[in-house]
Amino acid sequence: MSDGKVNPVLPPPSLSVGVIGWIKKNLFPSWFSGVLTVVLGYFIISSLIPFIDWAILKADFIGESPADCTSEGACWVFIGTRLDFFIYGFYPESEHWRVNVIYLIFGLIIVPQFFSAVSARIKMILGVFGVTVFPALSFVMIYGSETFGLPIVGTSVWGGLTLTLILAYVGIVAAIPIGILLALGRRSDMPLVRALCVVFIEFWRGVPLITILFMASVMLPLFLPDGVTFDRLLRALIGITLFQSAYMAEVIRGGLQAIPKGQYEAAEALGLGYWQGMGLIILPQALKIVIPGIVNTLISLFKDTTLVLVIGLFDLLRAVQATIIDPAWRNVATEGYIFAAFVFWVFCYSMSRYSQMLERKLHTGHKR
Amino acid sequence: MSNKVKVVVAGITAVAAMVATGVASASTLETVKQRGSVICGVSDGLPGFSMPDERANWTGIDVDTCRAIAAAVFGDPTKIQFRSLNARERFTALQSGEVDVLSRNTTWTLTRDASLGLNFTGVNYYDGQGFMVRASLGVKSPKELDGATVCIQAGTTTELNLADYFRANGMSYDALVFDTSDQTIQGFAANRCDVLTSDISQLAALRSKLDDPSSAVLLEELISKEPLGPVVRQGDDQWFNVVKWTLKAQINAEELGVTSANVDEMKSSENPEVQRLLGTSGDFGQHIGLSADWAYNIVKGVGNYGEMFERNVGPDTPLGLPRGMNNLWNNGGILYAPPIR
Repeated sequence: MSDGKVNPVLPPPSLSVGVIGWIKKNLFPSWFSGVLTVVLGYFIISSLIPFIDWAILKADFIGESPADCTSEGACWVFIGTRLDFFIYGFYPESEHWRVNVIYLIFGLIIVPQFFSAVSARIKMILGVFGVTVFPALSFVMIYGSETFGLPIVGTSVWGGLTLTLILAYVGIVAAIPIGILLALGRRSDMPLVRALCVVFIEFWRGVPLITILFMASVMLPLFLPDGVTFDRLLRALIGITLFQSAYMAEVIRGGLQAIPKGQYEAAEALGLGYWQGMGLIILPQALKIVIPGIVNTLISLFKDTTLVLVIGLFDLLRAVQATIIDPAWRNVATEGYIFAAFVFWVFCYSMSRYSQMLERKLHTGHKR
Repeated sequence: MSNKVKVVVAGITAVAAMVATGVASASTLETVKQRGSVICGVSDGLPGFSMPDERANWTGIDVDTCRAIAAAVFGDPTKIQFRSLNARERFTALQSGEVDVLSRNTTWTLTRDASLGLNFTGVNYYDGQGFMVRASLGVKSPKELDGATVCIQAGTTTELNLADYFRANGMSYDALVFDTSDQTIQGFAANRCDVLTSDISQLAALRSKLDDPSSAVLLEELISKEPLGPVVRQGDDQWFNVVKWTLKAQINAEELGVTSANVDEMKSSENPEVQRLLGTSGDFGQHIGLSADWAYNIVKGVGNYGEMFERNVGPDTPLGLPRGMNNLWNNGGILYAPPIR
């Protein structure tokens, strides 16, 4: 039927727009998906409700002693009373302010990196400060120094989240440059350098981290002369750094191999030497490609620091484990482990978000 | 070799030689005095024996044993550093000199005493392996446990004792092995086993973690002897004596009724035994390289053995252990210290 008029533009059917449309399109596009949605939804809701009930609704938050945990739910009071221990370990209470200062500076370095309003120059300065002055400053503050009038606090009392962060930070800051050097060395034309790098990487990558830590803490002292010991934390730091730099080297080598040969030749044609060519042309491109791989390694490094519990260092997880057995409290294992998991998740998730931001920002030449 | 290199090599050799000889000649007591603190190896968290408290201080009977040593040497129980050691690395840490004394609920056995280059200095807690059974089973003796599933922690002598006991009695069992003691009680709470075995000093603490502690009972019969005590390196008799007599002094103090509360009054006591203990007559401290008032400092700083027991594991603590075997010989127990004279 045609009467010469143009059909009016009708609104889309009400079932394909809005909330209903979204639900229909994403949750119930076919009968099979619909069944899956219902089944999964049932499982999620039926497990979430008791958890929320236990963790929030019926939980005890305020108090100071085991007697304050009266309800059936979670006993977060326990976490509250032990929070200092979880953060500082055995670090003397009168010196906590020193660690707090370092946490504050750490925050001032890290937080601006997440905001695009901060100029790239400031981020750069903060970043350089973070990998050069900051570690030295932290060492002086946390370990102490007679010249600055700060009493020495031995590494045997460092612990908790502070120790976890120290292990992770030193590991991250040291593993990247060592990894870059190893990756370049493995692709070098000089046979001796190449052989050394290959042996180093394959050796450290071929042994589990837990074995390295165990060797460093149990076997190494037996080979040293009587009475000569060196710091346990230092042993763990060296072990973690060397282990992770071997992994880092392989990730970065992947990036180097992805750069077309033409780029190397172009660098040479411009008259750039080896280090200039690498530093100005190859590495900036290679590192950009492997950001996901690098962050992957860093996140695994962060989580691997918990393995230091096999050598008796009180990292966050060990601190939690050592306190949940306190007979004065009822069974608080679940609360303790949830707390530890949450803290680890916050740090790992932040690293992951940061890497995604970095990828978007650097995503300039290879858009496909 | 250039001259510069030669000098460096010579320097390194000299330093290495100095380090080596310096260590070989200094006795542990001298090293400790020079350092200004005793380094003591403790566990990685065991209620009543060595565990960090809410203010992040180490507490427990093993910890107090260490503090007593510091008090004997320095007159100050706080001059001490603790190293947390796990079961695997504890002996290496002592052998390599990382710690001066190991006070880490370590069972005294012939092998450990004779083949590891270590010496046990005494017993600060007589323990034994026991069983915790679900009350509903109505079991009265471990002999009725044929065919039971047993929750147990891996890598300890407990595992071997259990195997010995069941084999000796011609019974069978299924072991459900966990990595930590905390996991064993979770397994027990989740009904994965009928029985949990561990040192009797730990069973009460583990039972308190159950939702309904009365749903489990501890069997009275023990299946092993676990004398726990401080350990030192072999070959330094002076330090061995210091650690050994620190514990003996605490036991003697309890026997003589000297406590941390009355030790100052006791100094004017007429009893010659008390006078010898507290150094008001004779100078017995010098025989072991310490001051005359070494035992006074121990009792003043940490207390006698009974106080140490009551404070950490006794009936008023969450562990609530009875004195039992760990009472004085004249009080129904087996604690007996040679006299100080």
